[in-house]
This record gives sequence, structure tokens and C-alpha cells, in this order.
Amino acid sequence: MKLKKNIALSDTGFVFDPSTGNSFTVNPIGLEIIGYLKEGRNAEEIKREITARYETDGPGFEKDLADFVNMLQKLKLTDGNGKATD
Amino acid sequence: MGMAKRRINIAVTGLNAIDSPGPGIPVIRALRESSLFDVRIIGLSYEALEPGIYMHHLVDKTYQIPLPAAGVEQLLNRLRYIHEAEQLELIIPNFDAELFNFIRLADVLLKEMGIRTFLPGMEQFEARHKVNLEAYGKEHGLKIPKSKSLTRHAEIASLSHDFSYPLMVKGKFYDALIAHTPEQVKACFNTLGSKWGLPVIVQEFIQGQEVNVTALGDGKGQMIGAVAMRKQYVTDKGKAWSGISIDDEKLLDMARRLFETSLWRGGLELEVIRTEEEEYYLIEINPRFPAWIYLAAGCGQNHPEALVRLALGEDVKPFEGYDVGKLFIRYSYDMIVELDEFMKISTQGEL
Repeated sequence: MKLKKNIALSDTGFVFDPSTGNSFTVNPIGLEIIGYLKEGRNAEEIKREITARYETDGPGFEKDLADFVNMLQKLKLTDGNGKATD
Repeated sequence: MGMAKRRINIAVTGLNAIDSPGPGIPVIRALRESSLFDVRIIGLSYEALEPGIYMHHLVDKTYQIPLPAAGVEQLLNRLRYIHEAEQLELIIPNFDAELFNFIRLADVLLKEMGIRTFLPGMEQFEARHKVNLEAYGKEHGLKIPKSKSLTRHAEIASLSHDFSYPLMVKGKFYDALIAHTPEQVKACFNTLGSKWGLPVIVQEFIQGQEVNVTALGDGKGQMIGAVAMRKQYVTDKGKAWSGISIDDEKLLDMARRLFETSLWRGGLELEVIRTEEEEYYLIEINPRFPAWIYLAAGCGQNHPEALVRLALGEDVKPFEGYDVGKLFIRYSYDMIVELDEFMKISTQGEL
């Protein structure tokens, strides 16, 4: 799963899709995750990063991440048809 | 040392900066920002309450002109009078309904008075009309929703053979309504038919996101500029009250192809539906700049200025790129106008 290349991210959590003109705001965790996705990191790597630094359990986070990625796909912020947690 | 700007007298219509805004004021604002031209703007108005008439910082002088229905002779006579006072060098008409007359007069204006225009030819103008859009799309390889012209109520019942509801019902020049039943089509037919005349056009309803392009062609197949926009806030009349410039190569390619094959001269706006499957359906071609044309200038492509240069016969290179993610946000604003001014335009037809 990759974020579309042209998606613009601000460090205040503003996400802008220049091809549709859609914009969104995300909270700091959301922003961090989108940042990882933009770097091309996979679900396992993201889970490692987040669970190492925040108080959350692995399985719970996996589900939340899958939901989040699912939402990004629905909003057409991702490239191609990659599965939610590829 | 900077070059002196060339002085030029330009007449502009569409001063109705109202809830269904004409493009005149945005066109004028773009011209006023030109680095090449020092413009004197002559407003041409139809009604005494068009706000642009009273915007003296934008419009130097305004003259009423006869409504399009009065015909070309009356318009020509009025323009002769205005030209004598103002030495017009260029006219930029901005209403669909008046373009027919201006296109017909283009040659006379140039030969008799030396007034330039930069308009599509009559054939181009008619071919892209809603009534002919489907055939136009086929000719230029564009996807167009299925459509049909209606001139009588009797034609409505059989629509269900070729169309599924809901469908769009459109006025000859302006306005589009959605209808879910034959009864609603009938009501729309009455409303739009009495306002804009016949035919009324029905069009297949395409589900998706509306996106728009404003573009300028040199009349030789070259697209001089194009800016894509998505409406962000739409009034209950369906007019964009805010919008954002977007980056959509497919959409710009569509516009480019259209100019290449149609040799369109002048400004135009494409209204397009982008479906979930990323298919692009052209739903309308407006044969002039849209009311949001000032956004193009704000994004680095001053199309009205480029149009002036083209009209003067200059060699204009196409714009390359524009700022993506810039918004326009309209607002309403009350001017206080002395009765004297309203009286002058109402009784003497000039201000």
C-alpha cells in the first residue's frame, strides 16, 4: 500500500490531494502513520514503530491501522489496488 | 527601466456580478493586473442594476446595449455610437446568449471600425451547443452523456425507452435541473423552456465528481493555457462560490485534444464529470471564459491578457503549468450608490 506520490502533507496534519482538490485533517498519530506510508513502509514496520513508542497492544493497533488504511483507500489517497496492510 | 504598458480600450460585457455571476468583472480584474497593457475598460450592460456599472475602480465608463433579441443591426448601431466616443480597440463578450450576434458582427466590426474580437467561428460556436454536443463529442473523440432535445411535452413519455431516471434537464443557454420522474421532466421543461426558449435538453445523469477547465485556444489548434478547478462550495443555483485549482493531466489532455481538432478560437470552459472509474464525461462546453476565470490569473495564467495579445495578432506562447491548490472564495459586498448614477444609466444609457 502506497500513498499517492503527489499527496501533500503539512506538519500540522493537513493532507491535500492535488488531483482532486480534496483536503483532510489528521491528528498527530494519523499524520505520523501517513508519513510512514509515504516513505513506503509496510504495516509490520509501522506497527513496530508505533508500539515501541506508544502504549498500545499489537493486535489492537493492527486493526486500527487496517481501518485507517482502508479509509485512505476510500478517499483515494492511495496508489493502485494494494491490500489494506500490504 | 521597465517598458511602458500599451494603452488599449477594451469593451467588456457580463458586468452582472450577482448570485449567478457573469464573467465580466473577473475578466476585467485580470486585465487590470496585466503587466503589458494599461487598459481603459468600457462596460457594456443590459440592465441598470448590473453591479459592475458602479464599480468605477474597475470599469471606466459603461454603456447600455440592446438585448440580444433586438438583433445585430441594433447592436451594430449602438456599437457605432460607443466607438465614436471611446475608440474601442477590442470587445470581449462574456454571455452565451449574445455571442451569436457578436460572432456575426465580428467582420464588420473589424473592417468598418477596426474593432477586434477573438471569438470562435459561427460553425464552431454552434457545433458545441448542448443540442449538438453528442455529435460533437463523437467527432472529437470525447465521451459525452447521452442526450436528446425536447420541443414538446409529448416527447417526454417515451424518454424511458432510451434513458433511465434520474436525468438532467438543461436550458438552451443556462440552468440544469435534475428530474426523477416524467412529471418532474415536464415541470423542468416548462420552467427552462419559458426562461431560455426551446429546445430543452435532457441528458443522461452521470454519477461522479464535477471538475471544470477554463482554457484558451489560438484558433489554429494550439491550447494557449488551461487551468483545472473543482468546485468546493456551490450555491443553490449551482454556481461555484468557492473552488480550488487541481492537477489533473487527463482533464487537461482532453482540453488540449479538443483545441487540436476543433481549432477553437478564444476562451471556453469545459464541464466534466469524473467517475469513480476515472472516466471523463464532457457534459458541457461554455463558449467563453467562466465566472471563475480570475482564478486562472491567480494561479499564474492570465488568460484574458493572453486573449488580448492573440486578438492583436501577437505570437503567444502557451503557458506552462500553474499553481495547484489555490482557492477562490467569492463574497457579496454592498455598494452605496447615489440615485444620480442609477438615474443616468437608466435614462441616458451611459454612466
